[in-house]
Amino acid sequence: MNQIETKNVNFRKIISKYSIILILIIIMVMCTIADSNFLTVNNLLNVCRQQSVTIIVALGEMALIICGALDLSAGSVIAFSGVLSVMSYKATGSMLLAFAVAILISLFINFLNGIMVTKFKAPAFIATLATQMVARGAALYITNGQNVYEIGDYTVVGQGSLGPVPIPVVFMLVIFLIVAYLMHHTRWGRSTYAVGGNAEAANASGINTNMVIMKAYLLHGVLVGIAAVLFMSRVNGGLPAGADGYEMDALTATIVGGTSFTGGIGTPWGTVVGAFVVGFLSNIMNLMTIDSYIQQMVRGAIIAVAVIWDIYSKSRNTYRKGK
Amino acid sequence: MGAENNVLELSNITKTFPGVKALDKVNFKLKKGTVHVLCGENGAGKSTLMKIIDGVYKQDEGDILINGQKVSIKDPLDAKKHGIAMIFQELSYVPDMTLEENLWLGNWPRKGPGIDWKYIRTYTTELLKKEGLPYQPDVKLRSLSVSDIQMLEILKAVSNDAQIIIMDEPTSAITNKEVDKLFAKIEELKARGASIIYISHKMDEIFRIADEITIFRDGRSIITANAKDITVDQVVEYMVNRKIENQYPKVETKVGKELLRVEHLTRNGVFQDVSFHLHGGEIVGFAGLMGAGRTETMRAIFGLDPYDSGSIFINQKQVTIKNVRQSIQNGIAMLTEDRRRSGIIPILSVRENTTLASLERIFTGGRLHPREEQKLVAESCEKMHVKTANYETPIQTLSGGNQQKVIFAKWLLCNPDVLIADEPTRGIDVGAKREIYNLMNQFALDGKGIIMISSELPELIGVCDRIYVMCEGHISGMLTRDQFSQEAIMQLAIAVHRNEEELAQ
Repeated sequence: MNQIETKNVNFRKIISKYSIILILIIIMVMCTIADSNFLTVNNLLNVCRQQSVTIIVALGEMALIICGALDLSAGSVIAFSGVLSVMSYKATGSMLLAFAVAILISLFINFLNGIMVTKFKAPAFIATLATQMVARGAALYITNGQNVYEIGDYTVVGQGSLGPVPIPVVFMLVIFLIVAYLMHHTRWGRSTYAVGGNAEAANASGINTNMVIMKAYLLHGVLVGIAAVLFMSRVNGGLPAGADGYEMDALTATIVGGTSFTGGIGTPWGTVVGAFVVGFLSNIMNLMTIDSYIQQMVRGAIIAVAVIWDIYSKSRNTYRKGK
Repeated sequence: MGAENNVLELSNITKTFPGVKALDKVNFKLKKGTVHVLCGENGAGKSTLMKIIDGVYKQDEGDILINGQKVSIKDPLDAKKHGIAMIFQELSYVPDMTLEENLWLGNWPRKGPGIDWKYIRTYTTELLKKEGLPYQPDVKLRSLSVSDIQMLEILKAVSNDAQIIIMDEPTSAITNKEVDKLFAKIEELKARGASIIYISHKMDEIFRIADEITIFRDGRSIITANAKDITVDQVVEYMVNRKIENQYPKVETKVGKELLRVEHLTRNGVFQDVSFHLHGGEIVGFAGLMGAGRTETMRAIFGLDPYDSGSIFINQKQVTIKNVRQSIQNGIAMLTEDRRRSGIIPILSVRENTTLASLERIFTGGRLHPREEQKLVAESCEKMHVKTANYETPIQTLSGGNQQKVIFAKWLLCNPDVLIADEPTRGIDVGAKREIYNLMNQFALDGKGIIMISSELPELIGVCDRIYVMCEGHISGMLTRDQFSQEAIMQLAIAVHRNEEELAQ
């Protein structure tokens, strides 16, 4: 009797842990049936390229959400740091400098986010909403609201390929491996789960909770900086009004991928799979030429379902514990 | 005794949850105007039964009779209509609302589309006066103490004309003086004809107020007896189904060298001029009323809170402690007061909780060593007798006692010289308490020093070698084992009050 019970629970646990992969497979099968153009190398690589920027940002958001924080400024920071990166590339022709500029600016803004959240105890939602506005305003101000065009070879990192593999995908894969390593194999990674799970207990166990959150913002800063270069490169210019709402796409991928908004739960691979669930759904809707307004409604519904699932599965756990 | 005497009668109540039979054909009778105490280890089924009475759960089988009438209770609101009031272990109120708002919460009398505030004010003022409670109706609940709020919960029950009042460990967070106040109130309620179901682990309390006692074990009601006809030892025996020879297994240890000395430690307005010392092999108790500054002092020594002046010596060397990391490195560990709030990380596994304070031992050279972690966790949890299916289960699924043992295991891994335990046995059943005492003894036998804060005097007297008593932020005295008695401790705990009263006269 007991034996059966344990097995049953384990089985359920495995199902709930890997349910997102199951969902991804179901969606891919459905897409393949719905449209013959879906399961082609070209189309799949295209989705990968599109989702790369989202995934890179989403991995940063994931780290933040796991330790109980959040960032709403990512889209604006992509615009601001990306525009400056494009400008500095046009001035010097150095891609290295372009990356450095984007990363440093993004790092700086996320450093401010971190200071507000850790030092001044501002709610992450409000603090990063503020930097979102500041960064967007700054991007529009320095460009006078005009797009920066004629960016030459800046486009290679966003549009080029390494053999058959798009360069953004290469970036994405490398970053995924690094973030996965950081989350699961370093003291900081373990600490993020602890801080998000119960900050007070983490603190009482000698973990510097502020430092953990700050480091998550700095990691996110680097990722957003890289994402900025890839984004501007893919869209062929410095777009001060671009990447609008990218933080929301990233958050969607994160949540769909099983990261819990209450902190302490989430995995890098889940985030990547979550991004592809969203990406494939958008892709099939595009292929089937479904109205873009309806697409937006569908995306909203996906978030609702993901959040309800998260809360439902958790409340079932507490119920079981509660006897 | 006729049936009309039983205000509440439960017969053959059975409740099954997936995989567990929480209640198995339980019978229970509550007589009018009496206090009926329920005892039993955690998980024995007391809370489930109360939740069935309160309509939170529905029984699978069995009947509920109120005043001889068979009833079915759909939800807590329905229970209220049947005259049942539940005063929860964790009090439910909105801290930023006023007393009157909370008192009427969800039940506001209407006047047209709005709320009839005038009626509320008049009625509340009257009720407070009638019950002899010295509060203003517009005071914010945040500014009241736990015991004040508890009184209000009772007031709420009374104002609803409750005939059956259920109290689930009402004294777990209030001082002895406040307990007296509560018990006086209970006597008053009894005199009015209300009946009280009282759940508690504390033996001295139980025998002070109980008319009848029912003991639960493994989902069954084992025995119901008149309080006069049963002894503490018998109650404990029925609860755990084994003879507990000695509730406090004290072992003799060799007192070693001085591990910790604190001199004139002060945090302005919180604690002043606190000096004490601790040797290896010693268990030193800290007694005092709630708010006496015991927890605050220890939190400062552990680096959780700052202190303004004074010095801390560890192994005869002066140290400055600004944060928890430093104190851990200096060989101090602390089991904090509220296990759920600052002890465990509920969603993380037993493994992750165990290594939380010693991450530097498993993340070396910039990477995790999983096998090393497994080894450390297994060693330390086994030594602390943690009972768990495996180390990957979330800690929140363990019982309170086992969670506490995991926290002991966590600190064991840090190899501390000094272990501070703040209310280590609160909310833990009798069997697990004994195990916790044994673990503390084991620490002491290893030559470590232990500081134990507790509000249960019998526990301090049973476990400690010396007891410091704090009162209003000062140490008011120190007692050695031959001087131990509840009276001696209480006198020191209220010493300052008395001096002030004497001065005032």
